[in-house]
Amino acid sequence: MSALGTLVTERSVIVCCGSGGVGKTTVSATFALAAARAGRRACVVTVDPARRLADSLGVESLPNTPTEVEGDWPGHLHALMLDSKGTFDDLIHTYARTPEQAEGIMANRLYQNLVGALSGTQEYMAMEKLHELVESGAFDLVVVDTPPTRNALDLLDAPRRLTRFLENRLFRALLLPTRMSLRAVGLATQALLRTLSKVAGAEIVQDAVAFFQAFEGMEEGFRVRAGAVRRLLADPLTAYVVVTTARPDAVAEASFFAEKLTERHVAPAALVVNRIHPHFGEPGPDRDGEGDRADRFSGPLGALEANLADLNEVARSEDGSYAALAAQVAPAVVGRIPLFGADVHDLDGLKRTADVLFA
Amino acid sequence: MDVGTFCAQSHVLIVAGKGGVGKTTMTAALARMASRAGYSVLIVELEGKSGLTGAFGLEHDLGYEEVEFHASAPGQGCVRARRITPDDALVEYLEDHGLRRISKRLVNSGVVEVVSSAIPGIRDVLVLGKIKQLERDGVADLIVVDAPATGHAITFLTSASGLVSAARGGPLRTQAADVVELLGDPARCRVILVTLPEEMPVSETIESAFTLEDKGGVQLGPVIVNATDSLPEGLELSAEEAGAGLDVDPAHLRALEEARRFRLERHSISAAQIGRLAQDLPLPQLLVPKIDSAGIGPAETDTLASALAVAVGALVPEAPAP
Repeated sequence: MSALGTLVTERSVIVCCGSGGVGKTTVSATFALAAARAGRRACVVTVDPARRLADSLGVESLPNTPTEVEGDWPGHLHALMLDSKGTFDDLIHTYARTPEQAEGIMANRLYQNLVGALSGTQEYMAMEKLHELVESGAFDLVVVDTPPTRNALDLLDAPRRLTRFLENRLFRALLLPTRMSLRAVGLATQALLRTLSKVAGAEIVQDAVAFFQAFEGMEEGFRVRAGAVRRLLADPLTAYVVVTTARPDAVAEASFFAEKLTERHVAPAALVVNRIHPHFGEPGPDRDGEGDRADRFSGPLGALEANLADLNEVARSEDGSYAALAAQVAPAVVGRIPLFGADVHDLDGLKRTADVLFA
Repeated sequence: MDVGTFCAQSHVLIVAGKGGVGKTTMTAALARMASRAGYSVLIVELEGKSGLTGAFGLEHDLGYEEVEFHASAPGQGCVRARRITPDDALVEYLEDHGLRRISKRLVNSGVVEVVSSAIPGIRDVLVLGKIKQLERDGVADLIVVDAPATGHAITFLTSASGLVSAARGGPLRTQAADVVELLGDPARCRVILVTLPEEMPVSETIESAFTLEDKGGVQLGPVIVNATDSLPEGLELSAEEAGAGLDVDPAHLRALEEARRFRLERHSISAAQIGRLAQDLPLPQLLVPKIDSAGIGPAETDTLASALAVAVGALVPEAPAP
């Protein structure tokens, strides 16, 4: 069993992080597939709204609940696509004291926008979904494909951010029972609200006040839940995997991410370098020397020699670009996925990727 | 179309695209191309750690103060750059509205975070409002904005129209309405989407383009297809055919053939995706060839600016609107 293999057989949560466009979704699905092949019940959660994962897994669609993907493996493979708003709706329903309160929140014009506006909401909802799946006990391993975060810390900060949001002085003041009205709100807060009305417009502030008041009594439930999510993210059975390509900008992002994870005491357990240009043939000393280039490239095989030299040069330069990152994340395991001749877009492609990664 | 005409079409170019497609590199190349055509350029960076300063050979990160990347020279405009963050824009906005004394306190107490979280898009509107102000003040012939990665870019660019419909009045609504006006006027502002000739980036670009036009009333300029693969000549014959009668090590011949097939396969994927983009998204394309380099520095930025200028030269000028 390879070191990466141990990860999918022994851990209960794998969080795949990295910047956008590095193939996180494919790598996440590959990890879940490897777990199913090892006989485990695995579920991959994707935030990628493209139909790509559904297509590549050969299922019609991936609603906000796990869909089983049939295949020739001893375990079970499930997948679901995160619906941020749906997940937030479910949370509201869970913690609202009455159905009327939940309806009141959802009817507020600001609620519709909050999912997108509250920074890190999508990240938080991904973590919330993760918690729900782990708690359900239906899976041995849950793999989360994280949103392409603007800031590497959003993901880990998400639960904290929501709690802080709920604990803010102004927010708490606004949560006072509606009947007591603004008279009960401290003078300082009233002054603040007046100032805000002046800047933002009175109606916008009134809407915001109404919105916060609709949350009355729900903050404790939210806080407890955020604490549980935070503990899950710090659990020793949770592994963080940094995914990157060998492109210098992606490597720089991955390095930043690895650094932040380490600062948070959740150092990456593995680094996966995706779409690496393959080396072709054995680069003999005579093949790489500059001296005979002109001769070699002018012969009948010239164009082919030049192409081979170009591709191998790209591969060499890529090897160099992530070498420092691999050293930085040591002792994390480094997995390498070559750039295939054709793009990975179906289950066979995922299987081929898993064959290489977990060889 | 000549580069000068292209640069004079809009005052602001917002460069957007999925992460990892070379958005920042293209921002730098666009700016350099315009500067070499004699236009003064201001680059606006919205997120940290973008690599923008490296593309111009500087090491430190950008701040709120302007930095000069290239001085103006005969026939060349200067390239300057600065960063605008929501917090900076907010403090400036509050100060402009006579709240200088309490602006810091509002930001530091966290009150601003609560309010800006509750009021959709307020942060984005403040940043875009600041860009609108720079455009109005005519701080440069061309402002090039390195926008957040798509996903967030869509929220970013559609926030103003969202705020206009959510708010019934007030100074912020006025600000948002001004931003909507800026985004909707192609003579003032256009969005340049950057993509790669690969399946997923192309699909996302098509989707983003339609979302931006429908939801944001945003004007789209040409799409930049970065890192296109030009096929070298002479790969038609297999290694066995080309090497017939020559004394070549069979293992090396196999490597040559594998490399040939790999190149052909990658190229056909790339060409197919460019074709799909052209078919599904009726926008002109600027094809920028892939450059082999370990990093992007001033030399690479210049090379890419030249490549971009060639691609702009191949654009067919649009017929004037009726």
